[in-house]
Amino acid sequence: MNLQAKQKLVSAILIFFFIVLAIFAIFPLLLITLSSFKPSTELMRHGLNLSFSLDNMSFKNYVYIFTDGQVYLRWYLNSMIITGLVIVLSLFFSSLVGYAMAIYNFAGRYVLFVLVLFSLMIPFEILMLPLYRLMVSLQLINTYFGIMLPMIVSPVAVFFFRQFALGLPKELLDSARIDGCTEYGIFFRIMAPLMLPAYAAMAILTGLFSWNNFLWPLIVIRSNDLFTLPVGLATLLTPYGNNYDLLISGSVLSIIPIIILFFIFQRYFVSGLAAGSIKG
Amino acid sequence: MEVEYGKVAPKNKNMNRITRSILYSQKIAPYIFVLPFVILFVLLYGYPFIQAFIMSFQQILPGQVQFIGLANYERLLVDSRFYKALANSAQYTFWTLVLLIPLPMLFAVWLNSKLMYLKDIFRAAIFIPALTSVIVAGVIFRLMFGETEQSFANQILGVIGVGPVEWRFGAGTGMFLMVILAFWRWMGVNTLYFLAGLQNIPKDLYEAAEIDGAGAIQKFRYVTLPHLKPITIYVTTISIIAGFRMFEESFVYWQTNSPGDIGLTVALYIYEQGIQTNNMGYGAAVGNVLLFIILITSLIYLWFIGAFKRED
Repeated sequence: MNLQAKQKLVSAILIFFFIVLAIFAIFPLLLITLSSFKPSTELMRHGLNLSFSLDNMSFKNYVYIFTDGQVYLRWYLNSMIITGLVIVLSLFFSSLVGYAMAIYNFAGRYVLFVLVLFSLMIPFEILMLPLYRLMVSLQLINTYFGIMLPMIVSPVAVFFFRQFALGLPKELLDSARIDGCTEYGIFFRIMAPLMLPAYAAMAILTGLFSWNNFLWPLIVIRSNDLFTLPVGLATLLTPYGNNYDLLISGSVLSIIPIIILFFIFQRYFVSGLAAGSIKG
Repeated sequence: MEVEYGKVAPKNKNMNRITRSILYSQKIAPYIFVLPFVILFVLLYGYPFIQAFIMSFQQILPGQVQFIGLANYERLLVDSRFYKALANSAQYTFWTLVLLIPLPMLFAVWLNSKLMYLKDIFRAAIFIPALTSVIVAGVIFRLMFGETEQSFANQILGVIGVGPVEWRFGAGTGMFLMVILAFWRWMGVNTLYFLAGLQNIPKDLYEAAEIDGAGAIQKFRYVTLPHLKPITIYVTTISIIAGFRMFEESFVYWQTNSPGDIGLTVALYIYEQGIQTNNMGYGAAVGNVLLFIILITSLIYLWFIGAFKRED
């Protein structure tokens, strides 16, 4: 076998392997999407499987969401509001800090940086009990604000903005100052626009994290109408399985916005990810 | 000073010149930039962090807090459910390491190969599972691995004449369910990490190796592997930490009552003790053990990458 034939064979094997891997990755999502058109009684009895018949497929489960299962729309709205606010507030605070750390030489800069790095290592699970008590005493249990608050402070985002701001052209600072721009004006009018790629990357990652976050909302939320999507969907997983219509179509609908964002902003997902882990 | 005044029209006469010049000075501005964050950071990280430590020495009942010394830790030492949680978390971490380090490394090397086509499409495809929440992913897997004969997994097993298996009710299959869920969600992310590491290897090293007559396996062994060491250590470290923190993968299969505690993890035990049974002091003590494990892991990581070496 000559070299070219050999290379072709290797290419073919690699592509075949990755097709199998891609199927493994995509298959569960396809299976639940197709199954969401099945009658809920069948889902309850058999779970997800490979038996489909066009005769009993319908939009019934989706119609149910918009008619009887209206609580689901409320969960969707809650998740949207919380995710939107978390993105705006978290990016605002952390970009200010990251920028200041990179640009100014102020006393305490190093200490703050070390503390932020250290906090990256603290698992949320050990903070959650004291945080819960704090929220109880601040009377923020079962409020939007209580759900959002811990997600607003993001050491990962601070770190990311600092790294990005280190690369900003410092000459702009001096020329802006000579032109009479204040330090705040420099940030808002000159530097923040230059950091737009960083904002985009962090908005995507913060959004993904907030949309999918489960443990903290599970602890803080008490009432059904304040549930976020993951918490609401988890409550439908009862041993009696009487909510499969909402569970399946609701799960499908909850993934759709993220998948759309992914295809639009793919490169920001990757660059944000490189900044630090979103694992956990 | 005059320049500042010229730019910011002094409409507000009440704000005098001195306050303004202080607030707008280059010395003060950075503190105003960091102030909101620092307040939130102290409130939501600093305070709870110290509280977590204090609480572990307390018995906390509604409206009544009592200092009980080391009693929580003494109880922990003889608590068989705590050891069960620790063992489950360790086992889960072990399997995620075995699967989620070597395989994604190979995927990345193959994906990076000159002979590979459609790289972007495959990279995107294997990354997509990471976008789903554990809860939704868990719902899907739970229903795919249902107990009945007609569930997807048992349908497949039925073809080769095995089963049906009651996936969620055995210790081995239960662990399998948690690990497969983690593998499905994270393989693409770890592959991306390794791909990033591969981009940093200079191409001429491979050319030099080829001139020396190295084959594919030798190139991997002597060029790729050593250069991937830093990223491998990083991915291993965050995987250990994430492994011991695992909560949702178990919760979505069994909530908090798995049969025979087959799904009980350290994080789940903190939740159960601290939130469900309102045993906060004890939960905090379990949390501190978790913190200890994570600190040790992080220190080993820092030592590995040479953070403790003097560079000057």
